Amino acid sequence: MRLFATLVILGFRRWSTYRLATAAGAFTNTVFGLIKASITVGAIGAAGGTLAGYDALTGATYAWIVQALIAPVNVFNWNELALRIRDGDIAIDLARPLDPQFAYLAGFLGRAAHQFIPRGAPPLLAGALITGLALPSTPLPYLLGLVSITLGISVSFATWWLVNLAAFWLIELRGVLTLNVVAMGILSGLVIPVHWFPDWLATIAGLTPYPSMLQAPADVVMARAEGTAALGILAVQAAWLTGVLLLGRLVFARGARKLVVQGG
Amino acid sequence: MGERLRPYQVLVGSRMRSQTAYRRSFVSDLLGSVSIGLMEFAEVYVVFSNVDVLGELDFAAAVLLFALANVGFSVADLLVGHVDNLPVYLRAGTLDAYLLRPLPVLAQLITSDVSLRRLGRVVVSVVLLVVALPLNDIDWTAAKVALLVLTPLTAAAVFAGLFVCASAVQFWLVEGSEFANAFTYGGAYASGYPASIFSLPMRLLFTFVVPATFTAYLPVLVLLDLPGPAGTPQWLGWCAPLAALAVWTVALLGWRAGLRHYTGTGS
Repeated sequence: MRLFATLVILGFRRWSTYRLATAAGAFTNTVFGLIKASITVGAIGAAGGTLAGYDALTGATYAWIVQALIAPVNVFNWNELALRIRDGDIAIDLARPLDPQFAYLAGFLGRAAHQFIPRGAPPLLAGALITGLALPSTPLPYLLGLVSITLGISVSFATWWLVNLAAFWLIELRGVLTLNVVAMGILSGLVIPVHWFPDWLATIAGLTPYPSMLQAPADVVMARAEGTAALGILAVQAAWLTGVLLLGRLVFARGARKLVVQGG
Repeated sequence: MGERLRPYQVLVGSRMRSQTAYRRSFVSDLLGSVSIGLMEFAEVYVVFSNVDVLGELDFAAAVLLFALANVGFSVADLLVGHVDNLPVYLRAGTLDAYLLRPLPVLAQLITSDVSLRRLGRVVVSVVLLVVALPLNDIDWTAAKVALLVLTPLTAAAVFAGLFVCASAVQFWLVEGSEFANAFTYGGAYASGYPASIFSLPMRLLFTFVVPATFTAYLPVLVLLDLPGPAGTPQWLGWCAPLAALAVWTVALLGWRAGLRHYTGTGS
């Protein structure tokens, strides 16, 4: 556990070096938040004031919260592992006296911890000023929300880990990574809340871990789901996390067996 | 003229050969690009599975709007989208190699990495456009036909100009390259939706500062004979070429200033 904490802190410090990049990212997240909130509010207005339980204020809040979570959850890119598999550096990871998946998860969480405030606060602040935010006034949703966000980040890691492992068998991964971004983009609730999906798409989303990454934390933080319903969401997230992590271990073991390192 | 273009033909030809050399990788890249196009469209589809009209546009009109904006953006992305790799060249110092060659740096950069995989998204948007056109009840006149033909071209020019503007800013920002994404990709995102759902300041921003509405929304207003919201009347739809011209003026001036600002690392 101490080791895990150290790795998380190292991940945090690694990312804290890129200050300008963080500011730039936060700015872009905020501008996109503005566009998304407008689309969401516009659609809710067109639907007559409420849409799947969202009114104008909660709809806008959803858009801003998702924008705040994009960076910690790491929606758009994670190919660190794939690059190390491709150039053979993965051999060094295998030689270390700690589990690679465990170590990378720690680094991923450290990165997320760093991005949480500087990338999350600006969109939320802009949201509070421009559209207003509908946030719960009791502490419980925030506490559960923190757990849910951590689970969401971990599910994102587990999925990226699995996708990156394709590098053991394929040389060029860009297409595969893009497919993951696309699936995440549609099914996680990134562009549109999952609750708005037509039935067939909602069914597909429910069969994937993606809604656990953004929709679930947003539901818990906004207290759309409270009490046992919130605990139910956490349980679903934990189940996906366990499942995808285990699958990742299995595939990694198979890949490592196939691994041939040049000049080793 | 032919002699002068010859180096570019060679450059682009070599890029195309290299990208299609690995068939399976190319196909998977192409599919990735198609799926990005579909992902963007999924948002419109989901919104309209809940509502009938958004910002005075029905589903058919919204698809037309989305398709026009995306044809423009995806063509620009295909032709010049890679100029946002400039920070990589700046950091690695490889830009110096471009400076040594007797060709304009911007032209070299644009021809250096045309990404054929982005054709996937172009195809998705063209298909959507072809499907959307007959679904809309358009009162065709010669002028409207001309506008329809011109719109994707001017849209591509506007987005390409925005890419070059964004790239010029990198000479100063380097590490903060994502700032510019707010205007290039943000502009592209905003252009696919009826601007009438935006607040007035935002609509003015995406019309007169980042001319995103000129790429599709304003021309669609003309095509469908809609009056247009406050601040962006319908007749502006005819002014898209002027917007493209303005963006490119800023882009080229900015690029010049940026290149002059650049100093190599002295390797």
